[in-house]
Amino acid sequence: MIYLELLWSFFQIGLFSIGGGYAAMPLIEHQVVELHPWLTMTQFADIMTIAEMTPGPIAINSATFVGIQVAGIPGALVATVGCVVPSCIIVMTLAYVYYRFKNLTMVQGVLSGLRPAVVATIASAGLSLLLMAFFGQKELPQDLSTVQVIPVVIFAAAFFVLRRFKVNPIWVMCGAGAAGILLFSVFPVAA
Amino acid sequence: MAQNRNKYLTLFLATLQLSAFTFGGGFVIIPLMRKKFVEKLGWIDEQEMLDFTAIAQSSPGAIAVNASILVGYRVAGVPGALLTVCGTILPPLVIISVISLFYAAFRDNAIVSMAMAGMLAGVAAVICDVVYTMGKAVFKLHRVLPVVVMLASFAAVRFLNVNIILIILVCGVVGAVDSFLRGKKQGKEEKA
Repeated sequence: MIYLELLWSFFQIGLFSIGGGYAAMPLIEHQVVELHPWLTMTQFADIMTIAEMTPGPIAINSATFVGIQVAGIPGALVATVGCVVPSCIIVMTLAYVYYRFKNLTMVQGVLSGLRPAVVATIASAGLSLLLMAFFGQKELPQDLSTVQVIPVVIFAAAFFVLRRFKVNPIWVMCGAGAAGILLFSVFPVAA
Repeated sequence: MAQNRNKYLTLFLATLQLSAFTFGGGFVIIPLMRKKFVEKLGWIDEQEMLDFTAIAQSSPGAIAVNASILVGYRVAGVPGALLTVCGTILPPLVIISVISLFYAAFRDNAIVSMAMAGMLAGVAAVICDVVYTMGKAVFKLHRVLPVVVMLASFAAVRFLNVNIILIILVCGVVGAVDSFLRGKKQGKEEKA
């Protein structure tokens, strides 16, 4: 029963990937390439590229992709549902607990300790994306001259507009996409 | 009644829209959600949003899905959470379904990759903007400990590749001990 297999595989991926999309990658590979003959390694690499280029969580993107390849649209739906069910159960339980006990001094102490750490983790992820945009890799390269000028210009303009005019980020991103097409067409780079 | 229906509709459309623009991994949706639900709609306060982020990061599954469950639950209970989950998974479901039909052509399209390169720079700017605002708030507490926790966590995540869940656990303990000690020192009217 292919639908049940898809559901179960992606349920496990959803349950054991803690800490975001990159944590899910090895689990997905194990389930869909090694355990089941659903994707070849090349197809898996392709879906990871597409997942990064398109919106949405990597686990959801690959669930949809694998589901379609294996069993069409119904397969995509089943795999995606399997992927989010563990989150629904666990996070809703945590949300209930959070609102039930939020006002305890102890819980408030724990939460106030967490908040600066959360800012730090977002800052770190943001820095990775920034380096990815500027240098095409997540770490600062040895040779800083490999920096791409166009993304730096787009970044600076977008940051200025956000700070100065408090624009909706979605418009900023549309603008950045349009600027990307325009600038890369006018000043082609060997990539 | 009509107002209620309106709330559900706004909730659904907001998560749908946010999810459709979450390029570059789950962290990106947090700043976008904060802009929408904290600043624009005022449904969630700043502190709650940070707590949601911590819970979303330390729970299994995609961060974007977890965060939208929390937002939906906060605004409209379990039905709200189910609604926001649908809103969050629908855009990737539709987009990937379409792309998987002709994915080789999509992958090699020059225009697509130009737009993606531009959008990546845009996303980085959005996150920097939010980190600036949130980081400033931590400094404004005028206490040493939160700033130290923030800088140490950044170093741990960035340079030492420490697991985020471990950092969240440790910082939770630090926060608990800190509030316990302060409560002892300043009597019981202390509130962290």
